[in-house]
Amino acid sequence: MAALRDIKNKISAVKKTRQITRAMNMVAAAKLRGVQEKAERFKPYAGKFADVLRSVSAGVDPEIHPLLAQPESVETVALILLTADRGLCGSFNMNLITKAERFIKEQTQAGRQVLLYTVGRKGRDYFRRRKVEIAQDLSGVMNVVDFDLAVQVARLGLNAFLGGQAQEVHLIYSRFASMASFVPTAEKMLPISPEAAAEGEAGGASEYLIEPSAEEILVDLLPRYINVRVYNALLQTATSEQAARMAAMDNATKNCKEMINNLTLLYNKARQSAITAELMDIVGGAEALKQG
Amino acid sequence: MANKIKLEVVTPDKLLLSKDVDVVVCTGVDGEFGVLAGHVPFLSALAIGELRFRDGNATDYAAVSGGFAEVTGEKVTVLAEAAELAREIDLDRAKRARERAEQRIAKAATEQLEYSRAEAALQRAMLRMRVAEKGRPSA
Repeated sequence: MAALRDIKNKISAVKKTRQITRAMNMVAAAKLRGVQEKAERFKPYAGKFADVLRSVSAGVDPEIHPLLAQPESVETVALILLTADRGLCGSFNMNLITKAERFIKEQTQAGRQVLLYTVGRKGRDYFRRRKVEIAQDLSGVMNVVDFDLAVQVARLGLNAFLGGQAQEVHLIYSRFASMASFVPTAEKMLPISPEAAAEGEAGGASEYLIEPSAEEILVDLLPRYINVRVYNALLQTATSEQAARMAAMDNATKNCKEMINNLTLLYNKARQSAITAELMDIVGGAEALKQG
Repeated sequence: MANKIKLEVVTPDKLLLSKDVDVVVCTGVDGEFGVLAGHVPFLSALAIGELRFRDGNATDYAAVSGGFAEVTGEKVTVLAEAAELAREIDLDRAKRARERAEQRIAKAATEQLEYSRAEAALQRAMLRMRVAEKGRPSA
């Protein structure tokens, strides 16, 4: 009889788990919609910004701005790693962390130091546990991804770069390729490569009167360009996180269902055999009485 | 009305405004400039300042925290990291922000970077208050 009750308890426990995973799936779905909407609203700004940058940077000497200056030698690289604050989203965080570890290894082998910045709790926790030094971290921030956050993150990189602590700044984030595919991506953020700034057709500058001057506007424009790129990376990471969590929780719900089915089967079998045993007892007793 | 110009204010969070108006006046880094339909293509950096636009007899205001304005013959696009229409400004919040910024300025008088940041914050707060006052329906 004890076994029967055990199975019953187990079934109700798994049912509760399923309720939780199902709820988390729905929460992730709602958040995913929210982030996607944000990304949608950001598009006009990003697109327009790229247009303006293109027309301004065409025909401007790239040497004039510190963010464009290519360093002669690179001794220290800053790495900004974006991860989620929370787990329960499958291999999402681990993929990003693995990418970061590989990056650090490569840079170390090339004889460069790595200055690590983490955004999101999971990345920080991982490297802290392994006693890897973290220059600065922002955690508990991925719940609300907005442009202010992007400015903060960008400032980490800009300060390290302009302060001379690092000659290059790289960013690792999760590119949202589709609902089922998130690619951990490493990108060089600083110095801004001239091609990135001047991509597209040249010669747009002549069409505009520019005030105060193309050079001066560029000084203002480039730091903002970093903000735009970081915001884009943050949005994609947040989108990937929610999509990954949705998938993970969907799987968990399915597994719970399977487990409940198996346990119910087991429960019924156990119940059946208990009834049989009891019947045997009664029949045996009746037989004995009849004979007496 | 063929003489209207389309004004679009774009921020990272949303398309704040898209409207056909008669005149747009922006605060550029070198001073205010007005734009009518048919303006030559023009690109300017904007200071922290107000944006004014008139449609018929109604003049409306918005606070723009720096950014750029791109002008073509039929369209003005304002790209700003933060911008609000006058009627959407939270005056209490702006007042609190001003107090905070003033404290930071007092504290950061010695450090250049912190000082300029605090100063920018103060300017934004003052601007919002100014624009909010102007945008009052009674005014």
